[in-house]
Amino acid sequence: MSLIELKGVDKTYLMGETKVHALKNVQLEVDEQSFTAFVGPSGSGKTTLLNLIGCLDKPSNGSVFVNRVKVNDFSNKEAALFRGKNIGFIFQTFNLLPVLTVYENVEYPLFMVQNVPEKKRDERVMKYLDAVGMTDQKDKYPSEISGGQNQRAAVARALVTDPKLVLADEPTANLDHENAFKIIELMKQMQRDLGTTFIFSTHDPKIVKEAKIIFNLEDGKIINKEILSNGN
Amino acid sequence: MKNIYKIAIRNILRYKRRSLMTFLLIIVGVVMVIVFSGVSLSFKNMMVGQITDSMLGHLQIHKKGYLSSIDNMPLHLNINESEMNNIEKLFDNQKDEIEAYSLRIKLGAMLSNFQRTTNIRLTAVYPEMENKTCPNLISRIKNFSKEPDKFIQPGELILPENLANGMNLKVGNEVVLVATNKDGSVNGIGLEISGIIESFIGPTGRDGYIHIDDAKNLLRITENEVNEVTIRLKNINKLNRAEKSFGKELGKFVNKKGMPAFELHTWTNLSPFSTIAAIIDILIITVKIVLISIVLISILNVMMMAVYERVREIGTMSAIGTLPSKILWLFVTEGFFLGFISTVVGIIIGVLSLFFINLAEIHFSFGRMKNLLLETSIDSVELLTIFIIVMVVAIISSFQPALKASRMNPVDSLRHI
Repeated sequence: MSLIELKGVDKTYLMGETKVHALKNVQLEVDEQSFTAFVGPSGSGKTTLLNLIGCLDKPSNGSVFVNRVKVNDFSNKEAALFRGKNIGFIFQTFNLLPVLTVYENVEYPLFMVQNVPEKKRDERVMKYLDAVGMTDQKDKYPSEISGGQNQRAAVARALVTDPKLVLADEPTANLDHENAFKIIELMKQMQRDLGTTFIFSTHDPKIVKEAKIIFNLEDGKIINKEILSNGN
Repeated sequence: MKNIYKIAIRNILRYKRRSLMTFLLIIVGVVMVIVFSGVSLSFKNMMVGQITDSMLGHLQIHKKGYLSSIDNMPLHLNINESEMNNIEKLFDNQKDEIEAYSLRIKLGAMLSNFQRTTNIRLTAVYPEMENKTCPNLISRIKNFSKEPDKFIQPGELILPENLANGMNLKVGNEVVLVATNKDGSVNGIGLEISGIIESFIGPTGRDGYIHIDDAKNLLRITENEVNEVTIRLKNINKLNRAEKSFGKELGKFVNKKGMPAFELHTWTNLSPFSTIAAIIDILIITVKIVLISIVLISILNVMMMAVYERVREIGTMSAIGTLPSKILWLFVTEGFFLGFISTVVGIIIGVLSLFFINLAEIHFSFGRMKNLLLETSIDSVELLTIFIIVMVVAIISSFQPALKASRMNPVDSLRHI
């Protein structure tokens, strides 16, 4: 069953006085519990596509369905509520809040977004910190740990709300080769263990091979879809 | 909520130097307002206390038209006995507000020491009533050693210091007072100087005092007539309310022409110091406006910087699902804490400053009053007002940057470098 469905999606925005067609008539379906990659060079529309699926942006034309809900017409508040309930995010630059410890960063969506009681929060935070192997680093601030550890904490933060979907925009771009593979492996493991749908973007050919489904993008269009047997 | 406070505090501590500068600015502003208010309000209250407690009382009742011709000390505008009875009934109904009242006859007379003659303004009083209404009056009498309630007795005159010096008169000297009564006939009585009273600011500052029985004798008044009723309230802060309430009741008494029979005046209508008091109030308001500007500009500046520097963080919080209202609340809370911490510290330092000013025992002179001790104080209402002003301004000034943060497009914010 499709968790994500895009029908005839265009996205145009202005860069100065120039009109940029970031996405052109995109048709896309992503199945539930899949491990999917959007691949393409810079400017191909990967991030724009992730932003639309993540309810961070709205299409100029067409429809976006996430978990069978049309998300095009959400207000800012509705979009925030939907993201908080259904979607986890992993960013290229980790984006942990610098004033919070690793533990508090993972806890953040539970108290700021989902209003989970303190006792339940602790159980869930510890469960995911343990899952990403960051229990011993939980009291450190993001500036005190490595990039790889930052991204592990970010994975835990993305998963702690038990979202149906995790979107990761170039999650390995700021990591060395070894850590990049460790993060992808961690994401795959979480996908297997929790059944969460993962979609990530990358332009690294070695990382791409780790995905089960690959959508290749070029100039704002999906040029083909590959299903890899060595993926998930 | 606890977590929002925690994040706000940590963000304040994150930019230590900048936050410290903002704290210092607001603290200096708060201390400045407290010290200025403490000193100037104390000075004002002391002066008002001196004026009301030793001379004017808080309110005065006269016959209609008396005040406009007060310099002539008219004797045909007296309050007669039946009118006085009505006023006293009114006082009985206002017992909760009135501490005391004093009946006075004000008159002008010629004073002779058998060699020289000069004119003098006199206030004739019942000493017990006067002492209760103006309890500081006796403190102006030099070398006073009598019972306060008997500070002036029939046959005695308390002479203003200026006149005593000018005519070379001392306590124990005999003098003669000559006055014209309301019918135009002249009468004189001999009195002994029982005290010398220090002069005071104001139009009636050079008044001498005699017993009301002597005034009646001098002016050949046979009935219980007075031309001034001075009232002391239990709480001077309720002056305006008392003025309205008494004014309303007194307005019910009308003369033959159907016009109000009496006029009521507060001390502010009678003393030029009320203008100085008003200027002090304006200066305090001005200093408060300066404080508001300091808080507004410093918090607005620091919060705008904070929003600008944390665009990506705001984008991340928004992407994760933080509601715009919570992002707004988070930044407003930062502004609130900036204001709260600095105000509390500022109030503590300000109050301590007033304490040390009092310890230093600073003396000053004002007009004829010498060697006045500056006793500063600030009441809790004033401190609460300062606290509320700073907090409200802190919240208002952090609201605009917070609103900007809450309305940021997450895509643009996440792209921000």
